[in-house]
Amino acid sequence: MSNVRMHLLVCGGTGCTSSDSLKLLDHLNESIKQHGLSEEVEVVVTGCFGFCEKGPIIKVYPDGVFYVSVKPEDAEDIVTEHIIKGRQIDRLLFTDPHGKGKLEGQKDLPFYKKQIRIALRNCGFIDPENIHESLAADGYKALGKCLTELTPDEVIDTVVQSGLRGRGGGGFPTGLKWKYTRKSKSKEKYIICNADEGDPGAFMDRSILEGDPHSVLEAMAIAGYAIGAEHGYIYIRAEYPLAIHRLVVAIDQARELGLLGEDILGTGFNFDIELRYGAGAFVCGEETALIHSIEGDRGEPFTKPPFPAESGVWNQPTCVNNVETLANISPIFLKGADWFRSIGTEKSPGTKVFALAGKVNNVGLVEVPMGITLREVIFNIGGGIKNNKKFKAVQTGGPSGGCITEEYLDIPIDYETLGSIGSMMGSGGMIVMDEDNCMVDIAKFYLEFTVDESCGKCTPCRIGNKRMFEIMVNIAKGKGTEQDLSDLRELGEIIKDTSLCGLGQTAPNPVLSTMKYFQDEYRAHVIEKRCPAGVCQDLLIYHILPDKCVGCTACARVCPVPCISGEVKKVHEIDQELCIKCGACFAKCKFNAIEKR
Amino acid sequence: MAGKKIHGGYLELQDYIDSIKDKRGALIAVLHKAQHIFGYLSDEVILFISEKLDLPSSKIYGVISFYSYFTTKPRGENVVNVCLGTACFVRGADAIMKEFERELKIHTGETTEDGKYTLSGLRCIGACGLAPVVMINDKVYGRVEVDQVKKIIDENKSEIITNMEEINE
Repeated sequence: MSNVRMHLLVCGGTGCTSSDSLKLLDHLNESIKQHGLSEEVEVVVTGCFGFCEKGPIIKVYPDGVFYVSVKPEDAEDIVTEHIIKGRQIDRLLFTDPHGKGKLEGQKDLPFYKKQIRIALRNCGFIDPENIHESLAADGYKALGKCLTELTPDEVIDTVVQSGLRGRGGGGFPTGLKWKYTRKSKSKEKYIICNADEGDPGAFMDRSILEGDPHSVLEAMAIAGYAIGAEHGYIYIRAEYPLAIHRLVVAIDQARELGLLGEDILGTGFNFDIELRYGAGAFVCGEETALIHSIEGDRGEPFTKPPFPAESGVWNQPTCVNNVETLANISPIFLKGADWFRSIGTEKSPGTKVFALAGKVNNVGLVEVPMGITLREVIFNIGGGIKNNKKFKAVQTGGPSGGCITEEYLDIPIDYETLGSIGSMMGSGGMIVMDEDNCMVDIAKFYLEFTVDESCGKCTPCRIGNKRMFEIMVNIAKGKGTEQDLSDLRELGEIIKDTSLCGLGQTAPNPVLSTMKYFQDEYRAHVIEKRCPAGVCQDLLIYHILPDKCVGCTACARVCPVPCISGEVKKVHEIDQELCIKCGACFAKCKFNAIEKR
Repeated sequence: MAGKKIHGGYLELQDYIDSIKDKRGALIAVLHKAQHIFGYLSDEVILFISEKLDLPSSKIYGVISFYSYFTTKPRGENVVNVCLGTACFVRGADAIMKEFERELKIHTGETTEDGKYTLSGLRCIGACGLAPVVMINDKVYGRVEVDQVKKIIDENKSEIITNMEEINE
């Protein structure tokens, strides 16, 4: 170990392993062995670096060189050129899109410049399957401090003072949640980590669990000490096999070192954690539904009050915190509540992790201080819109959130401002859309999701959303009327007011917000029977441009109806009566001779 | 042969149930295990669990039908999952899904007649940087384009054949 002069950190997150980072790892290890460097160079598999767009990623320590889009066949060059000869490999460096040439270090990249990494502090830095690397990065230090120096009330006070708010969506002050659960009198209490990250397009919780599972375990133990719970559950989606694996390993290692289990650090405090698996139900991210699911039942929500803090799992006081919220806990104790408050805005201190995805150049996970503007996130960190298209909207908050237009790009992001413009913070999904996306289609997509995921317990959500969805389908087919638009608005408001849980109360948001900001687009669908973005298939007309068609017959051969006629080397024609608008000809034509209107 | 294998499966499931100390709330974990062993949850399996956990089979069925992860129908040898999460959707996942439906001649949620493929949609595997994403069994295909769909299916077809050859050897 003492001879190791260089570490290669290879990203082992879901994004990078999907683009062959494990094969790259094998090649690296093999090459290092072949060159007899096994004693000097160590390859470490880390959690997600966040810059998924350019994966797989390798960071070389101590040089700090940051390689992007590394392929398995690049492994040999990294060993012979970089490790042996000390020459960095230019072709694997990030190229600055603004013409500043190749950028060498992680901090030089525009993607990382504005980020402050608190929750993601160890992701891409430590080996998540080795507890000693976590310990070396101050893991469990805060737990030690809390157990030996602070009373449970002092622990809660610190969290209250920090102003930390729930990162799962609602933004409820974490310290208060702990306080209320502590107040409830009972022998048995529970702390639950909500890792049922259901918002499609958000993957920060998974990345934290994959990259730094100990930060969550430690925070759960601190929470357990504060509220008086000896049992913790982590409720995690079954769709996250890698995160589950890393959690199992982490829990075992923590138990072995006596950081979980009985008499932790000799203080007499007992605390242990059990994993519970979700089974594909979005509503289980709602805390009362989640509690039912942990009990082995259908994940249907129940009416509050009583709040889980009074009566949760097995009717005992229960505190439910989200993964990212918990990942913020240890730094608050190590650096102080004032330090935490100094970041972000007054009402929303700290940072937020966003999963930046969609039509943006740099897809990935970004952790930024609250109060940053959407423009900075999308255009500076995200590198702007793909293929130089025009920005149209950004959707925040997932199926519960709304779409935000260009005019609001400069407002500072926090819980309140996003709410005031018809969207919400949610879990931090941020999907960027360009001029080619149809807002009616997007709203229909989200509504289909919530209809599919509605648990069916309360009528407004079960039936109301279904009716809204049917109206949206009609509009997309060109069968919508002006009456439909006012019906949508009315139904949406009623569903928001009368649904039982958060899912139903927010389900109409994507429709209502797009109707508000993209009224012209709705009217084009309803009145002119036209989809301006060219997405809604039933409203499209495919048409062959005579001056571009060379008569190659490719379109006629691929047409499933068939509705395209024409002789070889002569201009073809589409019979609009027969055309089913499948778009196969449009996709096949190499001469851009088919126009979509 | 088949009977023996199923018998072994029940023994494994029974061992698993016996190993759970606190059976409170264990149902979902048991269903995960059962589906892992048998591939799907048949009526026989449901009745078996009902007896072992002392729960009414109606309740178990209610739980199974609530969660999309559980299936009461056998699945194909290859499960094709097209990610329909938002990031994939805005980058054209629905067109990819349609192409799979066309190539495999089945609808989402169905299995081909020869039992080779099951096609289904999935809500976000978190590889949004590679959108649109398709997962076949455990293999992830990123940045999929419509005209690659046939190639992807063929690629997996040949993998099955290689595996069969290995088995025959």
